[in-house]
Amino acid sequence: MMVLDPRLWCLLAFWAGAWLLNSELSKGRAAWVRYAVPLMFGVTVLVLWQAGVTAYGVNKIILPPPSDVAARMARSVPTLWADLVQTFFKGALSGYAIGCAAAVSTAIAIDRSPFLQAGLLPVGNFVAALPIVGIAPILVMWFGFDWQSKAAVVVVMVFFPVLVNTIAGLAASEVMQRDLMATYSASYWQTLFKLRLPAAMPFIFNGLKIATTLALIGAIVAEFFGSPIVGMGFRIVAEVGRSNPDMVWAEIAVAALAGSAFYGLVALIEKRVTFWHPSQRN
Amino acid sequence: MRKFLPILTVLLIIVAVWYAAAVWMNAPWAYDQAARAEAAAPTWAELPGLTLNQDRPVLPSPHQVIAELARSTFGLPPSSKKSLVYHAWVTISGTLLGFAMGTTLGVLLAVGIVYSRSMEMSVLPWAIASQMVPIIALAPMLAVVMHAVGATPLMTKAVISAYLSFFPVVVGMVKGLRSPEVMQLDLLQTYAAPGGAVFWKLRLPSSMPYFFASVKVGIAASLVGAIVAELNQQAGLGARLLQGSYYGQTTQIWAALFLSAILAAVLVMLAGRIEAWVLLRMGMAR
Repeated sequence: MMVLDPRLWCLLAFWAGAWLLNSELSKGRAAWVRYAVPLMFGVTVLVLWQAGVTAYGVNKIILPPPSDVAARMARSVPTLWADLVQTFFKGALSGYAIGCAAAVSTAIAIDRSPFLQAGLLPVGNFVAALPIVGIAPILVMWFGFDWQSKAAVVVVMVFFPVLVNTIAGLAASEVMQRDLMATYSASYWQTLFKLRLPAAMPFIFNGLKIATTLALIGAIVAEFFGSPIVGMGFRIVAEVGRSNPDMVWAEIAVAALAGSAFYGLVALIEKRVTFWHPSQRN
Repeated sequence: MRKFLPILTVLLIIVAVWYAAAVWMNAPWAYDQAARAEAAAPTWAELPGLTLNQDRPVLPSPHQVIAELARSTFGLPPSSKKSLVYHAWVTISGTLLGFAMGTTLGVLLAVGIVYSRSMEMSVLPWAIASQMVPIIALAPMLAVVMHAVGATPLMTKAVISAYLSFFPVVVGMVKGLRSPEVMQLDLLQTYAAPGGAVFWKLRLPSSMPYFFASVKVGIAASLVGAIVAELNQQAGLGARLLQGSYYGQTTQIWAALFLSAILAAVLVMLAGRIEAWVLLRMGMAR
C-alpha cells in the first residue's frame, strides 16, 4: 500500500508543517511577510522535490534533484553564459527593441487616420491571438541559423500586442484634456508628446510587459528549427538527446531567471514612468 | 459595411504587399535559372509569371498557399497522413484536452486563492513566476519524461497546453470571484446564507464575464502549446511545420500556418458564442 509508506508520511508531514507555518505567517501584516510567505512556499517545494526524488530513488534521467541542477549550474557557468548571450541578449533583446519600436512608430504613424486604425485594430487583435511561433521555421529559412533569424521571430511576435496596446493607449486621453491642449493652441506633435503619449504609457507598458515573455519564448523556440551550436534552445534539445536532464533544467532555471529579471526591469521602468497612474499609487 | 471597409482595406494592403514581396524574394531564383539557360534575363513584365508559381518558392504567393491548403484538406481522405484534416484533428484534440485540464486547475486554484489568505500569499507569486519560465522550452524535456512514465503523446501535449492556459484563468477567476460588491455580500449575510450558497449563487455567477474573457486568452494559448509540443511528435500541425522546414517545403509550412490561424480564430469565436449564450441565459448580456 502506497498510503502506509513511511517515506510518504514524512513528506506529507513536512508539507503540512510548512503549510501550517505559512498560514500562521500570513496572518501577520508586516512588510517582510509579503516576501517570507512566497519564499517559504518555494523552499518547501524545493525540499519536497529533493527529498521525494532521493527517498523514492527516482531515475535521474526523469527528474534530477535540485541539488544536481544547482551543482551543474555552478560547473557550467561559461556554457550557460554563452547560451544566454546568444539567445537572450542577441536574439531576444534586439528583436524586442526592434519590434516594440516598430509597433509604437506604426501606431503613431496611423494615428492620424481613423480609417486605418479601424482596419488595423481588429486585424492586429486577431493576429495577436494567432500561434505566431509557427512562423519560426520560415524566418529561420530566410535569415539563416544565427541570431538574426531569432530576432526576426521575436520582432513578429512582440509587434502586434504592443501595436494593439499603443493604439488603445493613444485613445486614452480624455476629450477635456485634449480640448485644454487645443485652447493652448498646441500643435499636433505638442499634444502628442505632452499629453497623449504620457497618457498612453500605462497601456504601452502593458504591451511591453506581455512582450517580454513572448520575446524569450520566441527566441528559444526559433532555435528548435535550426541554430549554431550555441544558444539555450539548441542546448536544451541537444542535452535532452544526450540524456543530461540536469543541464536542461539548468538552462530552464537560467531562462526563468533572465525572463523574471527582464520583466522586473520593464515593470520598474513602468513604475518610474507612470508614477502618476492610480495603479502605481499603492 | 462601414465597419468592414477599413478591415477589408487593410487586408487588401497585406495581400498586395505579400504579392510584391513574393515577386521580389523569388526573383533571384528566376534570374539564376535564366542565367543557367544562358537566356536573356527576364524583364519586369515577365517576372510575376516566373515568380508567383514556383515549385519551391522562398515566399509562396497567397494563391499557392490557398491552393495547397485546399488540396491537403479537401483533396485527400481525412485518414491519410498527408491530410491536413488529420493533423488538425490531432492538434485540436490535444488543445481541447489541455485546455480542459488547465481551466479546471485554474478555477480550483482561483477558488483556493479567494478563500485562503495563506494560499493567496504563497501560490499567487509563484503562479506569476511560473509564466516567466518559458515552458515551451521545457517541451522536449517533458516529452522524454512523459514517455518514460508511459504517457501517450496526447497527454504530453495536453500537459503543456494546460500549463499555458491555466494562468489566464487563475488571474481572471480571482478577479471575477472577488467582483461582487460588499453590498451584495452583506445582503447574503443578512439572509444568513451559508458559505456554499454565497459561492454558488453570488460569487460564481458574477465571475462569468471574467471567466470567459480568460477562456478566450487561454484557448489561444492552449493551441500554441499544442503546436509547440508537436515539434517533438509524429503528427499534428506542429509536426507538419517541422517537416516542412526540414524538407524546404515552404508552401506546406504556410498552409499549416494558415490552418492553425483558422483554428485559433474558430476556437476563440466558439468561446465567444458560448459566452454570449451563457450570459444571455443568466440575464447578464451587455
